[in-house]
Amino acid sequence: MADFETPTLKEYPVIPKIQEGVMAHSKPFVAKDVFQEPLGFPGELVDNWQQVAYDKMEELTGKYRSLAVFLDSCVKCGACTDKCHYYLGTNDPKNMPVARQDLFRKVYRRKFTFAGKYFPKLVGAVDLTKEVLDDWYSYFHQCSQCRRCSVYCPYGIDTAEISMAAREVMDSIGVGQKYCNEIIGKVFKIGNNLGLPEPALVDTLEGLEEDIEDDTGIKVRLPVDEKGADVLVVTPSADFFAEPHVDGLMGYAKVFHEAGISWTLSSHASEAANFGMFIGSYENMRKLSLRVREAALDLGVKRIIFGECGHAWRVAYSFLNTLAGPFDFLDPKYPVPQHILEFTHDLIQRNAITLDKSANDDMRLTFHDSCNVARASRMGSTPGGQFTIPRDVIKASCNHFFDMPQDTIHDATYCCGGGGGLLTDDLMEIRVKGALPRMEALKHVVDEHGVTHMAAICAICKSQFAKVLPYYGFQMDSIVSVHQLVSNAIVLGNKQ
Amino acid sequence: MPFWTIVYALLFYTATALLVGGLAYKIRQYAKTPAPLKIPTTPAPVTRQGVVLRMFREVAFFESLFRSNKWIWIFGYLFHFGMFLVLARHLRYFTNPVWTWVDLIQPFGLYAAFAMAAGLAGLWARRVLVDRVRYISALSDHLMLALLMAIALTGLAMDYITHTDIVALKAFFLGLMVFNWQPLPEDPLLLVHLGLVATLMIIFPISKLLHAPGVFFSQTRNQVDNPRAEPGQRAHDSRHIAPWAAELEK
Repeated sequence: MADFETPTLKEYPVIPKIQEGVMAHSKPFVAKDVFQEPLGFPGELVDNWQQVAYDKMEELTGKYRSLAVFLDSCVKCGACTDKCHYYLGTNDPKNMPVARQDLFRKVYRRKFTFAGKYFPKLVGAVDLTKEVLDDWYSYFHQCSQCRRCSVYCPYGIDTAEISMAAREVMDSIGVGQKYCNEIIGKVFKIGNNLGLPEPALVDTLEGLEEDIEDDTGIKVRLPVDEKGADVLVVTPSADFFAEPHVDGLMGYAKVFHEAGISWTLSSHASEAANFGMFIGSYENMRKLSLRVREAALDLGVKRIIFGECGHAWRVAYSFLNTLAGPFDFLDPKYPVPQHILEFTHDLIQRNAITLDKSANDDMRLTFHDSCNVARASRMGSTPGGQFTIPRDVIKASCNHFFDMPQDTIHDATYCCGGGGGLLTDDLMEIRVKGALPRMEALKHVVDEHGVTHMAAICAICKSQFAKVLPYYGFQMDSIVSVHQLVSNAIVLGNKQ
Repeated sequence: MPFWTIVYALLFYTATALLVGGLAYKIRQYAKTPAPLKIPTTPAPVTRQGVVLRMFREVAFFESLFRSNKWIWIFGYLFHFGMFLVLARHLRYFTNPVWTWVDLIQPFGLYAAFAMAAGLAGLWARRVLVDRVRYISALSDHLMLALLMAIALTGLAMDYITHTDIVALKAFFLGLMVFNWQPLPEDPLLLVHLGLVATLMIIFPISKLLHAPGVFFSQTRNQVDNPRAEPGQRAHDSRHIAPWAAELEK
């Protein structure tokens, strides 16, 4: 275990007083050239890095309206200052959304605005010195790009956009994060974040088929690369073997089996996650997304469905059509793409699958709204479906469900603390501290309603919670997949 | 022509040109910069009318701010609404004959001025007393509040302490608009008030006051939530693709 203290859980959340610099030491491993070059970035800090960075900033403010507007519109009202889970867990003022944005904004003002150019001290404008760059590297990797701040800002300023831009600038001068960039490289080379090659994937799925048969007596298939299947399922690679993710995958397989709909995974598109978004790289994000299009064309499917993954669903719902469309070769009766929860929810509504709620009676459940799903996507045809559809599926699969306090769920949900490229051991301290608000909300329902388990639909949340829950005195296996609940409750062999 | 009349006439022509020109420049910049991806903060409206309503609620009621922090909301709203009524009341000095609705709101101008000053005082107190807000404040943030407060107080002072010749003042401004200059009354309070207002106009397009046009261009509020290929929409134009991004497809 690392040498930091887990924050204590309080009865009611308290807005902490600022403590300057307490998290300035936090920084993830820097990517070596072998991880930078496949993504098109310089291998190490370039010689004229300051000028290259300024040029990149100018380029980005010309390409992204969000950047131009958000950098100009902040009035320093402070409404966002107590909204970020990383501030609440660390007390470091640079983790307040406005202050995090200011790390970028101060340099933008210095180079590109009248006031910053001629009256820098008046408006707090600064040059991009090595100290400032170090601060950028540290604090833009203490932001999970969860967008909570954008809900509460009077103008909707989204720190995630600034964070993505800052990382893009840093990548362009050779300062990349090893975790994200190495993973993106793995997808290009092998097909998924984990570097699981096709034979290993086939083997893993066969093993899961055996597990299901041993467990239920029924032969449920988990096909891969099957041409002519109706549905291409793209799921986070963690679903292939991590706990509790793999129980979710087995749940999808059972649902497809009962529904009698043919489906397949793809070894070429064996990763729903898209870390290109975290580093703000449109080009890399697009390259990753195109694999889904290629797989759909190659396998001749009619629909694309994404599995339980948070930021993957944001990219799929919000960007896939733009990045990798048009999808005019798919069945026009269905949206492209769909979420596995939309699929299962629809089947439940039509009584096409049977669920026995008592199968989950040993659990008293709550649900964690993952940030990208809550604040950057939709499910179903009405706004807010991303909150009701998962809860409907859970309530159809179990008897005991309790929501956490209102101001910690739905679009006010607290990030798990591990998103946005921070799910790495070299950032353990910020991960643990960032989880504080969610842990306090969880403790509330544990104390009030005897909740024993928390369900989630994001691979990062599931991994983060499995690691962080024990720091706060909870069990690591109290985090479950929603389709794990479905998997426990589904009655197999009822429908033909 | 008296000295101060010439100075203030030139000052106001300059201030107006800088304000209008500066805003036009920035608005043009925001409008022409592409918005390459759909990023509304969800839940978000799925129709354009829904977006218009969302934006209206933000601008008219400060909806997100209300959710976020009641104190900032009350002070911010008092200030903005007060200022809106004050500005509307001031139209009487620039129009002949005075419009009926401007005439009707004259009595509210005084209370609006107090509301404006109270709101500013609350906001400034917060900026000084709350550690998180103090941390993020530059000198310009304090000066902006000082400027607005001084405008409100000098305006109020002209009503309670000295009584400016508003007939002559109106003649001055009407004269400016048709390039037939009339003498400006030389009350020190009036000159300070007008000078501060001109300063506000000049710094508007180079300061955080750009949040005024900016909010309308904020993609997290003004985009319709329809990025995916819904049933029946497979054509190329359901894709929200920016010109520079389309280049990548070539």
